[in-house]
Amino acid sequence: MSPSLREAGLFAGLALLVAGIFAWLGAAYGVRMLAEAACYAIIALGLTIQWGYAGLFNVGLMGFVAIAAFTTVLVSFPVNDAFWQGDGPVMLGQAALTLAIGVAVTILLSRSTRIGMPKGLRTALTLIAAAITYLAVQGQLDPAATLIEREAGFVGGLGLPVWMGWVAGGVVAGLLGWAMGRITLGLRADYMAIATLGIAEIVKAFLKNADWLTRGTLTVSPLPWPVPTPQELGFVASRSAYLAVTAVMIVVLYVLLERAWHSPWGRMMRAIRDNEVSAAAMGKDINRRRLEMFVVGNFIIGLGGAALITFTTIFDPSSFAPLNHTFLIWVMVILGGAGNNLGAIFGALLVYVIWIMSEPVALFLFTSAEAWGEKLFGWQAPDDLYTRALQMRVFVIGLTITLVLRFAPKGLLPEKVMRYD
Amino acid sequence: MPEAGLLTILPMNEIVFFLNKVVIAGLIIGSVYALGAVGVTLIFGILRFAHFPHGDMMTAGAFVALVLLWMFPGAGAAVGLPTAFVLMPIAMAVTALFAVGLDRTFYRPMRKAGVKPVVMVMTSIGVMLMMQGLLRLFAGTGTRQLYVDTDAKDIYRIPLGGRDLVITEPQLLLFATTIVAVVALHLFLTRSRMGKAMRAVSDNPDLARVSGISIDHVVRTTWLIAGALAAAGGTLLALDVTLKPDLSYNIILPIFAAAIVGGVGQPYGAIAGGLLVGFSETLAVFNWSVLLRPLRPYLPEFIEIPAKLAFVPTEYKIVVPFFILVAVLIWRPTGIFRGRVNT
Repeated sequence: MSPSLREAGLFAGLALLVAGIFAWLGAAYGVRMLAEAACYAIIALGLTIQWGYAGLFNVGLMGFVAIAAFTTVLVSFPVNDAFWQGDGPVMLGQAALTLAIGVAVTILLSRSTRIGMPKGLRTALTLIAAAITYLAVQGQLDPAATLIEREAGFVGGLGLPVWMGWVAGGVVAGLLGWAMGRITLGLRADYMAIATLGIAEIVKAFLKNADWLTRGTLTVSPLPWPVPTPQELGFVASRSAYLAVTAVMIVVLYVLLERAWHSPWGRMMRAIRDNEVSAAAMGKDINRRRLEMFVVGNFIIGLGGAALITFTTIFDPSSFAPLNHTFLIWVMVILGGAGNNLGAIFGALLVYVIWIMSEPVALFLFTSAEAWGEKLFGWQAPDDLYTRALQMRVFVIGLTITLVLRFAPKGLLPEKVMRYD
Repeated sequence: MPEAGLLTILPMNEIVFFLNKVVIAGLIIGSVYALGAVGVTLIFGILRFAHFPHGDMMTAGAFVALVLLWMFPGAGAAVGLPTAFVLMPIAMAVTALFAVGLDRTFYRPMRKAGVKPVVMVMTSIGVMLMMQGLLRLFAGTGTRQLYVDTDAKDIYRIPLGGRDLVITEPQLLLFATTIVAVVALHLFLTRSRMGKAMRAVSDNPDLARVSGISIDHVVRTTWLIAGALAAAGGTLLALDVTLKPDLSYNIILPIFAAAIVGGVGQPYGAIAGGLLVGFSETLAVFNWSVLLRPLRPYLPEFIEIPAKLAFVPTEYKIVVPFFILVAVLIWRPTGIFRGRVNT
């Protein structure tokens, strides 16, 4: 079967599946599902750059999504007047100033070998400066945080348009990726996986506990939409508008990525992925190129994550389950076909549809198992059967990963190997 | 008497508090990390990939102990130790066999296909998700106790001046088990034929193979040891605190940090790394004002002692192993004990 026929067949099958769900559960539900799947598709495109183009193993997806979502909240949530009229901004400004001075001093000290400082002394002084900066900033931040939490709840947003929030979210995620990449990209993939897992945990811990900034477990809602909300237009129309926005983003990203893939730059990336040593021998700066990929990928992941959280209209730091969602996106990419942008989009749509549908299916299976078990063996099901049934979905993700890696490592839409004759 | 005078000058109350909160707590959590990290580092040394489901293997071992506890509730009372501890060797054996089965089912086919290490890591993450799903499916998400009514949780209080030094029975058992495990592992690796073969494979697999060492046997032994130690660590941790499926995910990052700090592929390094990470965690969240308060009369007026002076707030404990990890990766990527990075 030729690749284009295969693509057409798979997408036609997917369309049939989606049409069936529309008919069964109604248009409002179907459009919601598609809009969310579109956001996941953007994230999957970002991941396919990192994994499919450059072979980078990013397990901290949810950390980047969370930080992007938070930035969106900060930029586009309505202004909180109580915060701006109190003493909070001044105190935060002081803390920021202290931080800036401390960081500048620390960086200068770390460069001081150039003016003849012995190395040991340099390291000691740098560490001391960093520790003093940390303690000073913490000392100034604590009273500010208490004050803001007492008087204003949290800092609120800047009230700017939503698209600016999305772009800002992508940029912040990219910056975080840059900092991470500087540390881990020179090392082997295992370390990178562990380090990205760690950064995701830290971002989550910070967002969850910094109540003055994010309201922590109290959550922030409703987030503003870039299109009219369901209250103004009704569910179907507003969600369709949202879907249209995300679909345009996907198309733009897809065209750009395809062009990049076919360009000399894309060829260089594949060369690095496939044979690092020979690429290095040809004079390619491997770590620099990888850093490029990592940052660009994280920017797109941040963009998609911001769009996803905006769609749900609620920012809840504790909802970024690191495992389930991270590897849901991984399944999308490897099942769809790493290194094939169309594959990533297809995988995202298919896997998300299955994921959404698996909840009622799992529930149905478990309730019937319960009924049969009671009838045949007098088995008393535990009370929390519902939450337990949902754990099966984690199991299915894991099973899919192992099965795909073993039996179809190239995915449903394999990467098109280009030949230059 | 001079000793009595010395004792009254020393702030015993605060020092004992420090011992309780930092030294003992650090030893406990450090021993658990060490038991896990030894397995991770052995697997990394022999099979060359980071084994992500290790935390789940520890939890699974603890659940095996729980099931055994239900089957033989009276076993502990006969010996005078906690039942779960008495049954732990069986749990270790079961988990060791389980680890070998895991390797047969999931990792060996991939190894035979000759995939890249990163694909092995992804497979192991798939296995981790499956194990978490199964653990929660069968055990729910609630917490359980590994103590049954028949065994009382002995708490030893050693009076030292003002406050008592507190240590519980499971904590003593944990220290004892860790020491026994470390000595046994050392003897195994240095004295036995299989232990030497393992070290040879870890150092240079190709050379080991042409010397006639069976890689299959070495791999199997690695999984047996890693599984048994994981079960011991998990059971003892669950005895000390409580047993819940979330246990695994919280300890996997510190365990990796411990393995990398100690130098990947170095069992002794993993033990040192585990204790280092454990102590760093307790030191970082310790409230230092407690120790500074007795100095109050000797300090000048303008220095204030804040009520809370910890390096990191308790809710950011997870950050500590991560920072150790990053610091080691930057300054000494081979770890303290010169493990391997790029093989």
